[in-house]
Parts: sequence; structure tokens; C-alpha cells
Amino acid sequence: MRPISEIEPAIEQATTAPELLALGEEVLEHWLIAKGSRPTGAKSEGFRLLALHRQGAKGEPSFNACRETCRELAYHYNLVTIEPDHVDTGLRLAMMRLIASHVYYFVSGKLHVDQLGEFCCSSRDMRLNGQNDLKTEA
Amino acid sequence: MTEIKVDNKASKYKKVAYYPGCALEGTGHAYNRSTKEVGKALGLELEEVENWNCCGAMEVKNIDPKIQTYLSSRVMSQAVNAMGHDVVMAPCNGCYHNLKKAEYDLTNDQGSRDVVERISAKAGHKTYQPGEIETIHALDWIKHGIGEEGLKAKVKTSLKGLKVANYYGCMYTRPRHIFPEKDNGPGTESTSKPHFMDDLLAAAGAANVDFPLKTACCGGAHTLSDSDTSTKLVLNILKAAETSGANVIATECPTCHTGLEMHQIRAEKKFGVKTNVKILYFTQLLGVALGLSPRKVGVQENVSDSFPLLKEQGLA
Repeated sequence: MRPISEIEPAIEQATTAPELLALGEEVLEHWLIAKGSRPTGAKSEGFRLLALHRQGAKGEPSFNACRETCRELAYHYNLVTIEPDHVDTGLRLAMMRLIASHVYYFVSGKLHVDQLGEFCCSSRDMRLNGQNDLKTEA
Repeated sequence: MTEIKVDNKASKYKKVAYYPGCALEGTGHAYNRSTKEVGKALGLELEEVENWNCCGAMEVKNIDPKIQTYLSSRVMSQAVNAMGHDVVMAPCNGCYHNLKKAEYDLTNDQGSRDVVERISAKAGHKTYQPGEIETIHALDWIKHGIGEEGLKAKVKTSLKGLKVANYYGCMYTRPRHIFPEKDNGPGTESTSKPHFMDDLLAAAGAANVDFPLKTACCGGAHTLSDSDTSTKLVLNILKAAETSGANVIATECPTCHTGLEMHQIRAEKKFGVKTNVKILYFTQLLGVALGLSPRKVGVQENVSDSFPLLKEQGLA
């Protein structure tokens, strides 16, 4: 597995939707491995990306900070692959690249500072993590 | 015959308690100003919560979350018990989120109820009881208080020509469990694809672009401890807005707004990437549409200079 830092330039150079989707999956694999999980090949709503996100958010509600971004990546994949000749395909690919970058920046940022998304997206305190045992959505 | 009292949101939101919070007295002053001006122009009344205190924000929440619950509960107690309101409106996503979280904690956690009761007694005020007040955001207030049709009827200068990317940030919709009224059928807000700001600005004549990062992380809470991550996340949001064809990003939170403006400048200085998209509070845009001058809604207070764009569009 290549270092996560090599994924950023790969996203910038990617030219197809399948490549960008695979890069998004690779970013999530990094998160799971760093957390001691084994990335599965399962799919959710037809996308491994979404299943990997779900796996990564288990017990980590702050990881939901990238849930909608992952869904947008899947949505743009569909847009590009279902209508490859659409007049907006170039724009859609450019947007897909930015969305994949966002997943990368969030996950690499969270690998750097684990609490990213704790305060806001999971509404958990950062210092007493886990002791505030109210029901969360993960 | 017994009179049947019709209690709908439109009448309920006509006059609400207003909790500006600390940001709207500082960096988000233009949001405070424009919210009040828009309320006046729409005939919606705000009564500021008497002797309000901090919602607990991140500083207190990180030391002791139950103290944050107490602080937010005191704001609600003031609105209910000292002023007799049944709705409190908080335009700041952080305040809105914290009041909602306090409501959730008090409904579901005995430990939180005990702490709030103990401190309230010590502070000498009535303990807030869950369910006594409804906390809403400025978007709910206008969306339900006046509605798109009511807004359209009051528009004096259409926002036609503005292409808007609506950025909601994270605390308006996450975590889902503290917002039970969202994702609740037709007419309610969506946590995955929020649309209330889109709806209101469309009613004022703006064209909303399809913006996929409307709730994406901006790294806000880490803006000081990990500035580069925040700058990269914000820069990506700005680039996505431009790619989607937007000439302005509408915001509904002072922290998001400040983060976008500051990191737009930092991105240019640190990474040499300049973006031109303008950043305005949705209340500033609505104010201009309602015929208020840009100065009246505090456009001059923004870091991002939107006057040239507004002039170009005949809005200033």
C-alpha cells in the first residue's frame, strides 16, 4: 500500500471516474488500517466506498463528517459513467476531483489530528472522549 | 362552542426570543445586523434574551460537557421563565447546535438533569425543563415565519444574476440525533442535503448552483491547531464553489463565514492559490433583495469585498 501522501497528486492527475472512485476507497482504507480494522470488500448501495465509510464511522461518529462527501463522490461517479457524452462531463469530472480531494484532506487531517470532527460533527467533547455515553448515531 | 386555537409555525415564529451569542457581537457583527434588519423588513419580531450567557461553545464543552449543557439550559430558562417565550432563535450554528444538544442531553440523560438542577438552584434561577422551548435557526425562522411566497412578495430588487453556492457547514445538521425535527417528511430540512437557504435565496431571485460540498468539513475547530488542514479544506470548498459556477457563497454561521474569509486569504499567501468567489451571509443577500442598502446589512464589515459584485449586478 502506498503512503497516503502519494494519493493527493494521484487525485490531481486522475482523468476518469473509476480512478477517482478507487482513490477515494484507498483513502478510506488508510483510515481503517490506521484504526486497526481490515477494509472489507463489502458494498453499500452498490458502492464499496460507502461500505468503507460506514465501517470507518463505527464507534467514530466524527467520521460522519465525510459521509456526505463520500456520497457526493458516488453520485458524481454515477453522473459521469451513466452519461459519458453529456456536455457537462468535463465539469463533472473536475468536481469529482475536488470531492475526492476533500475526502483526502479530511482523512489525512484526521490521521494527523484525531479529534477533527469530534467537536462539531459528533458533538463530543475532545478531552473526555468516550465518557459522555449518550447515544450517538454511529 | 370551544374556540380551536390554530398553532402553526408561521404565527409561532412571528415573535421569538433572540439569542445572538458571542460571535455575533464580534466577528459576526454583520450577521447580527443583517438578521435584525431582515426581520424588521419582513415583519418578524425579535426580543433579545435578557442577560444571556455563553452557550458553552467549545471551550467549556471540552472541559466538562455537562457544564456546557447547563450554560445552554440557562439561556433557554431565561427565554422561557424570565420572558415567557416558547421559541428561541439562534443564528449561529454553534449556539444553535449547543442549545439543541442541551435539549437532547436533558431529555435523555439523568446525569445532565442532575447537574443542571444543582447549578440552577445554586445560581438562583428556575431549572430549564426539556420541551419548554423550541430552539430554531435563523433559516427556520424565515422559512416558516414568512415562507418563500411571503418573501417573494416583499422582494424589491431581485438577486437575479447572482449564482449562489449555499454553504451550511457541519453544525447545522450534525449529529443527526440532536435534530429530531429534520429528515421528518415533506417541508422539513434535510440533514444530508439541506435546502432551506437555497429555498429562501431562490425566492429572492438568485440562481443556486449544484454545490456538492454544502455540508463538507472546513476544519473549523482546528483552525488554530492545524491551520494547514483547515486552509486546504476551505480552499477546496472555495474551488468547488467556483467550479460549480458560483460567484458568491452564502453562509449562515459566523464561524463558517469567518473561516472561509480568513482561509481564502491564507490560501493565497501560503499556497499561492487565489480564488475570487465572494462570501456573504444569506441575511445580507436577503436584505439587499428586500431593498436595504448593502451598508445597512453590513457588507462593508466583511473581509471579502463584495461591493464590486453587487454593483455589477445592480444591487448596490
